[in-house]
Parts: sequence; structure tokens; C-alpha cells
Amino acid sequence: MEPEHGDRPHSPAPTLYPVGFAAGIACALVGLIVNPTLIAPIGGAIAIVFAFFWVRDATAEYRGVPQPVEPERRGAPAVGAVPGEAAMPEPEPGERFPRNKFLEGATLGVGGVIGGIVTIPVIGMTFGPAFGKQGKHHVDLGSIDDFPVGEWKIVHFFLDPNQGDVTRRTAYIRYNGPLNGAPSFTIISNRCAHLGCPVQPNGPSFPDQTKSIDTGGGQHVTLIKMLPAGGFGCPCHGGQYDQEGNRTAGPPVRSLDRYEYSIRNGHLILGKTFSVAKVKGSGKDAIIYRYRLAGPGQHITGWEQIFYPLQPPQ
Amino acid sequence: MAVSARTRKSARRQRLEAAINYPIDWLEERSGLVGGLRYFLFRKVPGDSNWFHTLGSATLTAFLVQATTGVILAMYYKPEPKTAYASIQHITNDVTLGWLVRGMHKWGASVFIILLFFHMARVFLFGAYKYPRELNWIVGVLLLVMGMAEGFTGYLLPWDQTSYWATVVGINLNGTVPFLGPYIAQFLRGGAEIGPDTLARFYSIHMLLIPGAIFALIGLHLYLVVRLGVSSPPWSKEAAGADWVEEQVTTNGRSGLTQPAARSSWRRNGGDAE
Repeated sequence: MEPEHGDRPHSPAPTLYPVGFAAGIACALVGLIVNPTLIAPIGGAIAIVFAFFWVRDATAEYRGVPQPVEPERRGAPAVGAVPGEAAMPEPEPGERFPRNKFLEGATLGVGGVIGGIVTIPVIGMTFGPAFGKQGKHHVDLGSIDDFPVGEWKIVHFFLDPNQGDVTRRTAYIRYNGPLNGAPSFTIISNRCAHLGCPVQPNGPSFPDQTKSIDTGGGQHVTLIKMLPAGGFGCPCHGGQYDQEGNRTAGPPVRSLDRYEYSIRNGHLILGKTFSVAKVKGSGKDAIIYRYRLAGPGQHITGWEQIFYPLQPPQ
Repeated sequence: MAVSARTRKSARRQRLEAAINYPIDWLEERSGLVGGLRYFLFRKVPGDSNWFHTLGSATLTAFLVQATTGVILAMYYKPEPKTAYASIQHITNDVTLGWLVRGMHKWGASVFIILLFFHMARVFLFGAYKYPRELNWIVGVLLLVMGMAEGFTGYLLPWDQTSYWATVVGINLNGTVPFLGPYIAQFLRGGAEIGPDTLARFYSIHMLLIPGAIFALIGLHLYLVVRLGVSSPPWSKEAAGADWVEEQVTTNGRSGLTQPAARSSWRRNGGDAE
């Protein structure tokens, strides 16, 4: 019987499977907080098992009776409909195997498989390089003797000298003197924490006191003395920072990013970039609230940080 | 038809017409393309359709100008960080009429977007987005998004300071989208940092991916326009829509397209009430 719309209520048959499914989901959610390695997978497994039974139960009506397949009964015209077109022969008597159904399924199935196989490498090449492991850069900025204590330098360098100007970056570096026997540097990225424009020193720079160093591998480092008395400012939308990179005005959502560094054979080596929520104190005594590198404009503290829970590989 | 002196043709003229018509008839008999084109071009439109109805065609023309000039520019442009700017200078200063074709592409981009918005405003103010044309409004909005994406990706290609920093800001704006933002930005950059791949992928998106999508969506857009017919202005006293829509209403009241509620006043503004 073909049920007419409105003939019967649309209430599902009573079953406990949804309850079990819900319990499994609840268990998985609790497990995520309590014990993500054990409880959460158990909850997930429970949910999957009950979901399976639930779906099987709900679709029993449709799966139960196999649909009888109509054999092909296409009436062929006695003569060609269009002059010049051959008339279709009458189907052979007794030819009842639904060959067109088979061909239809085979075409869709084989086409789907081929399409899937072709798509996999395409998807991989589209997203792989962008989201795979990113290359590490260790930039040699030359001898630390080029950094007098307490003096700021504009430092231009190449993240990857082989790729040329497009990887040119700028950092603002101040040598803070030795701390516990090791040299202490403040290395601030010039990428604005608002939308990534290059922040500028609020104060004079001295291009006549420029030093260019070739540190090998095509790396060309330029040091320019500067005096950022008013901190740093962004030309795009007016973000302002103090000398430690703390936001003082404008749209930025946090402090300026900083670079890790190490000293190797008396040379200053740049490492990874990290994000900074704020800096207390200054110079070598500064307390830096350090976070994983986030893009400009992305909050790393405060309630807004819930909008940026995950970061792609860097 | 009355046979007058004017319609009686000389044998010479008949032979001439036959010679002209032969290739057209040849093509029509084998493909039906001529009839299809006539069906597409010589549709019935409401008698009180006006100049505002031409904004869609104007937008299409602007897009075709963009596509044509873009193809020519692609013959001379070199999407490499070390050569992109120089190749733009070469196009502007050295290539014959390069300054004109590049200018058409650059200013035509703004014309295209402006016409998109005028066309959208016309459809909105005429109420032409209402049943049964909602789907065409959605397709149009997708076309608008694609047009904006073309503007964003094309802006980087001159590879000067303005375009570079505008793109930095644009990518980082995308990066502030909640949850997915950092991944969108990473995809647009092609990695954690802007590099040589960024320019190449913007170029590919700008001239292959999005134009392909725009062509497909324009095809769908026009299909729906032809299928549903052009709507009358809101002050019209005529019924709007293609003939068959009206026929469906009277002959097949159960069709999903022709629920009685759909025959509301907007389609017969002040006209003959049921």
C-alpha cells in the first residue's frame, strides 16, 4: 500500500537505541574532559554501536522487502521518428534481464571509483604543501659584537636566501647585556598584531650607520641603527606599541610577536617566532607572556581566544 | 501572407538567399544550434520591461571583456616573484597596445563589480528575487562572491608594494574568521609564510579556478532566466514570467512550482484578480 501523506502519524517505532546513542555521546564528551585517551574512545564506540543499531532499526522497513525490478518494456516505434534514423527493433521475447539497470550501476560505480582515485592526489597536492610540515629557518645574523648594549637595530634578513626578496623580513633587535652569563636579546617581529603590516620605529633611524654582513649561504643581513624613543607604530591602521612591543593604542589585539634566538660561535641565530600576550618589565628582566604563534588579529588571551582554538602547522 | 510585388523575388535573389541559407540550414539540420540560439535570443519579455532590465546583460558584457583581456594579459605576464613586476612594466610600456588592454582589465574590474551591484539593486527593488526566482538570486549572490574573490586575487598580481601589503592585510583578515580563519589564511598563503607559491596560487585561482566557476554559474543563471522568463516591473499591469508558467498554473494546480499561494499579487500587480 502506498501511504498517502497524512494517512498515519509520523511517530517512529518505540526504541531504546537513540537513548543508548545519546548516552554514548555524553560519555564521549565527559571523557574528553576527564580522560581523552580512554573514556572518550569508549563513549565514541558506544555511540557508534548504538547508531548502527538505530539506523538498522529505522531503515528496516525500507530494506526488508527487496524491490521487484521492472524488466525493460520500452515500446519501439515501428518506423524511424526522424527520416534517416533507423527504427528500433522490437525487444526479443523473453529478454527480461534488466541489463540497463546493470549498465547504469556499472557506469556510475566505475565512474565513481575512477573519479575518486583521480581526486585523491589532486586534493593532496592542493592542501598538502600548505598544511604539511613547514620548513624551519635558522637565520645567522652575524656576530653579537655588532650589537652594542642597549642600542636598537633595524635588522633586514632573508628567511630563505634562495627564494630572494619575497622572503625578506625585518626584526627590531636590542642587546640587553648578559643575563646569568648568557647574552640577552630583545628581538621583536615587525609584523603588526592587527593585520600584519610592517610596524615602523617611532623615532629616528641612522642610515649612515648601516652595516651589511654576508653570513654565508647567500644570507645578506643589514643592520641599521635606530632610536625608537616612542616605541613602534603601524602605518596601515595606526596601531601603537611601546619599546617592549606592548600595545598602547589602536586596533592590535596583543603585543608584537618575538623571535626565539640562540648564540652559536658568537653569532646570533634567529629561531622560531612566537606570540606575546604582554610583557611586564623591560630589557633583560622582562617577563614575557609567551604563546604559540598566532596570525595577526587573532586573540591569544581573553574570552575571544575561544574563536581560535586550533592553529595549522607552522 | 499576401503576395505583393515586394515579396516576389527575382530568380537571382532567390539563388543568393539559398546560397546564404545553405550553411545555416546545414548547421541547423545537424545540431539544432540555430534554433536554440533563436530560442535564447528572441524570447518574449514583458512589454513594459525597461532599461533597468539591461543591467544583467551589461554585467555579462563586462565579464566577457575581463575574460578576453585577461587571456591576452596571461600571454605576457610571468607569475614569478622575480619577474612579475617587470613583466607588468613590459606589458604597460613595451607591448603593442598593452597599456590599453591592461587598462581595460584593471578598470573593467571595477566596472564589473559596480554593474554587479546595480544589477543586484534592480533585482531587489523590482522584487524579482521572489518566487519562483529565489534560486537565481542565490546563484547571483554566488556570482557576486566569485567576482569579489577575483578582485582580491587579481590585486596581488602587479606585485608592487600596494598589492603586496593589501594582500597581506587581506589574508590576515581572512585569518581572523572564527575557528576556520587560521586555516583559510594558511591555504591562501600556501604555507605558514607568504612566499613564491603565494603569487603562483593567486594567479591560478584568479585565471583558472574562479573564472571557470563564474562561467558555470553564469550558464546556470541564464538557464534559469530563460526557463522562468523576465519579471515585470512592480508597477506592471501585465502578468510576468514565461508562458509555460502561466499554463502550468491553469492546467496542473498540483505542480510544486504552481501552488495557488504562489499566484500572489506580485505577479499580477493590480492586474486581473483571480
